[in-house]
Amino acid sequence: MSLLEQSATELLTLLNHKKISSVEVTTAYLDQIQRYDDQVGAFLRVDRQQAIAQAETIDQKRAAGKEIGLLGGLPVAVKDILCTTGETTTCASKMLENFNPPYDATVIKNLRAADAVILGKTNLDEFAMGGSTENSAYQLTRNPWDLECAPGGSSGGAAACVAASMAPLSIGTDTGGSIRQPAGLCGVTGMKPTYGRISRYGLIAFASSLDQVGPLGRSAEDIALLTEAISSHDPKDSTSVDHPTVRYSQSVKQPLENLRIGIVDEHFGPGLDSEVQSAVEDAIKTYESLGAKVKRISMPHSKYAIAAYYIISSCEASSNLARYDGAHYGYRTDEKQMREELQQEQAELTKADDQVGLKNLDSPLVRMYRKTRSEGFGPEVKRRIMLGTYALSAGYYDAYYLKALKVRRLIREDYDRAFEEVDLIASPVSATTAFKLGEKVNDPLAMYLVDLYTVGANLSGICGISIPCGFSNQNLPIGLQLQAPPFEEERLLRAAHMYQTATDWHQRRAMLSNEPK
Amino acid sequence: MSITRDDVKKVALLSRLQFSEDQLDQMTDQMGAILQYVQQLSEINTDDVQPMSHALDISNHLVDDLPEESFPRETMLSNSPNSDGECYKVPAVLGDG
Repeated sequence: MSLLEQSATELLTLLNHKKISSVEVTTAYLDQIQRYDDQVGAFLRVDRQQAIAQAETIDQKRAAGKEIGLLGGLPVAVKDILCTTGETTTCASKMLENFNPPYDATVIKNLRAADAVILGKTNLDEFAMGGSTENSAYQLTRNPWDLECAPGGSSGGAAACVAASMAPLSIGTDTGGSIRQPAGLCGVTGMKPTYGRISRYGLIAFASSLDQVGPLGRSAEDIALLTEAISSHDPKDSTSVDHPTVRYSQSVKQPLENLRIGIVDEHFGPGLDSEVQSAVEDAIKTYESLGAKVKRISMPHSKYAIAAYYIISSCEASSNLARYDGAHYGYRTDEKQMREELQQEQAELTKADDQVGLKNLDSPLVRMYRKTRSEGFGPEVKRRIMLGTYALSAGYYDAYYLKALKVRRLIREDYDRAFEEVDLIASPVSATTAFKLGEKVNDPLAMYLVDLYTVGANLSGICGISIPCGFSNQNLPIGLQLQAPPFEEERLLRAAHMYQTATDWHQRRAMLSNEPK
Repeated sequence: MSITRDDVKKVALLSRLQFSEDQLDQMTDQMGAILQYVQQLSEINTDDVQPMSHALDISNHLVDDLPEESFPRETMLSNSPNSDGECYKVPAVLGDG
């Protein structure tokens, strides 16, 4: 079996027994990227020499008998929203095109300490805002299962690179479903941990009460390893919880007895693709055959989750993105041109004797901010900033933001009540399989609805996982989502692994070719 | 509550963004559609509900006020679009510069 076909866990065993070297594994994946990434576009940046140098260092450590970290020389791809020193972090935005972070994100530090090889930075929707990765300012990422289709988003690159066998493991982020949805659409396994489980220090912020870093890979067993490596209490992140790190890689293979699985009435209705529904229902039957009991439950506020999410996340984004003003780092507009334009406008207003216009004319500083931000941000980012600013402004704060926060509590209470009766909630991760590139770009609201099944977990802070559970007639992946109470990632991973020992959807690979079409 | 073009202009200034006339029209339509969608939240009675701004029950997490090493100046200036080696240079904050 080629190195690209082995699981991360199998590769680690070979590495630890010195049957293969990190350089060999890393090279195999770098070669795969070289072969196919011009078709897929998963990576924004790969530094081959750098990656091999990292691998060599780890091989030398191993040869010298030194202690090796948990990831033991495995290559990992990272979504380009986590700060990495020594190279740029762009958030797929023009605003940060040449931004070189002066520090590593804690997750990156943890990866390096675990002896991972950072393979490269993957593409995303700009500032993590989107459900298709089409909002990247740099390039499209294509779904390896059908290159005319979107990989989902915002962690589209992180999901696609695993699906295309370009990385055994990757790191994504999930604010409204941005790990789980692309994992579902690309046929890989991805998890959003509980809010606070993984440090956000060095994660470039979109919505601070919703953002979480998480793992993607081919299986629950593989991502259990990655989760363990990146989880830590971090004094630098005041929202990071001080729980002891769970040895997920040790417990993942232990099945769960007497599982009570909840199916939510409100999740199955119009808009849900019949093939998706069918695959999810089959998956639930598989769990029953493994000893689980299924119970129908209601979460009456589910249908309001998207509205609440888009208000809250846009409000938080408008605040978090206020820092991009061209002053200290990132893109700045051409000042000379800006001043010339202002002078021109001033001359015109004076000529027209427009006193009001003159009074309201932007100062050079304000004009610098406005032009910098308008030129540096893409349309979706601007839309969300505008929405958030409006919803937080005087006269609207109560009706929108405060209202959304109250609905958020009701959604959380729906989950709390559900988890009194069941151990896990099972649902589709997406109402449809991968949609065609370009299909939703002109309809922002339609794009927002792709997050239907996933935003609830972010709003309430709980954890959720997406695992492959079938394919459509078009050979597009279908994902099953499991959700668990706060800090029950172990339960999620073990339940996911149970399913993956009884099925082999997760073993299917997207085959790319260089044959002319 | 529908949003007018004027509202959008005001919000653009607050957001430190600017739009062409066509973009303003488009933004007005798009924001209008989204705001229309989120109106559904007003259906829910939330009179006795406490707002939830955070998933965790942590509050006022404090750290000791101990000075630590900061970044060197050159590092902090290294990403700057315009600096004189000592400070960031921007159009005047006060006055007409």
